[in-house]
Amino acid sequence: MAAGATYEPIATTTFAGGTASTTFSSIPATYTDLVMVSFLRAGSTSSSYVIRFNSDSGSNYSNTVLYGDGTSPGSNRYSSQTSAYLTYYGFPTTASTFGTIVTHFQNYSNSTANKSFLSRSQNSNSGTDYLAGLWRSTAAINSITIYAGDTFASGSVVTLYGIKAA
Amino acid sequence: MIGALVAGITGSATVPTSYESIATANAASGGSSYLEFTSIPSTYAHLQIRGMWLNSVAGTTLNIQFNGDTGANYKNHYIYGSGAAASAGVGGSTTTVQIGYKNSNTNTYPDAIVADILDYSNTNKYTTGRSLDGSDENGSGHVEMQSSLWLNTAAITSIKIFAGSGNISQYSNFALYGIKAA
Repeated sequence: MAAGATYEPIATTTFAGGTASTTFSSIPATYTDLVMVSFLRAGSTSSSYVIRFNSDSGSNYSNTVLYGDGTSPGSNRYSSQTSAYLTYYGFPTTASTFGTIVTHFQNYSNSTANKSFLSRSQNSNSGTDYLAGLWRSTAAINSITIYAGDTFASGSVVTLYGIKAA
Repeated sequence: MIGALVAGITGSATVPTSYESIATANAASGGSSYLEFTSIPSTYAHLQIRGMWLNSVAGTTLNIQFNGDTGANYKNHYIYGSGAAASAGVGGSTTTVQIGYKNSNTNTYPDAIVADILDYSNTNKYTTGRSLDGSDENGSGHVEMQSSLWLNTAAITSIKIFAGSGNISQYSNFALYGIKAA
């Protein structure tokens, strides 16, 4: 019944500093889901973290967000954006302080439905959040580009995994 | 080329062997009233359900039941983001565990789900779970976290997945994974 090991690393990027974006390209369609684990610190100013698929820069992205800052929770929505957020609070600039973001891309290679994804993150300087994202496209995802509002500081790491189903 | 266009370093990682695919369940072309994982082995420490689902009925939950138990033996709590406000509360159903929700009546926007069922084969305690789901619909949608309890000490051997109203639509798919302990 079990099909063996199914959670495989596809690619890892370790930043040396000064880079504002990176692309995971030629993502194979052989997995069922993708999971991206990000461990990030910003170069100089507290930074947003957004994503585009297949180089699509159209207004085809949106988010619904749930967040909490240690005092009160809240929820926001961002519609018809040119990229989608992966974290509400961004990631920190404080030395040795990294934000963690885990993003799930379900059924990323299907060509019949828009693409929904989930992202959970924490920024220890600001709060924790959970987002649903949408890319309004039925195309299979074959590349992912991630962008920092500032830059990814040295020591930041992003790994993309593929999960195979039976 | 699989890789990253970066000014940094591209590394590699070891392949884990503790996360295994057990089975998949896909909705039929005309939709399915339910999907089910059966004969789940007890050889793992935890289970995870991953999937996306579509439904043509607005305001519909996606639910699971264990081992065919349809009694009032389930408890749920949630925190919910509507895009305008956050809320939290006790789940309305005691006969199911809710793991998903669809705001709209279209089959355009999938609800993505990651649900964990912890220590599912332990017969000395009730079974707990948690799930994340969300579907943004470009102007509506939600995100939600749930916790759940099944008031039964039996090992879980089957999981039934079904919508609160209507069928699970075509192109919906779920996969069950097992996570091994050392």
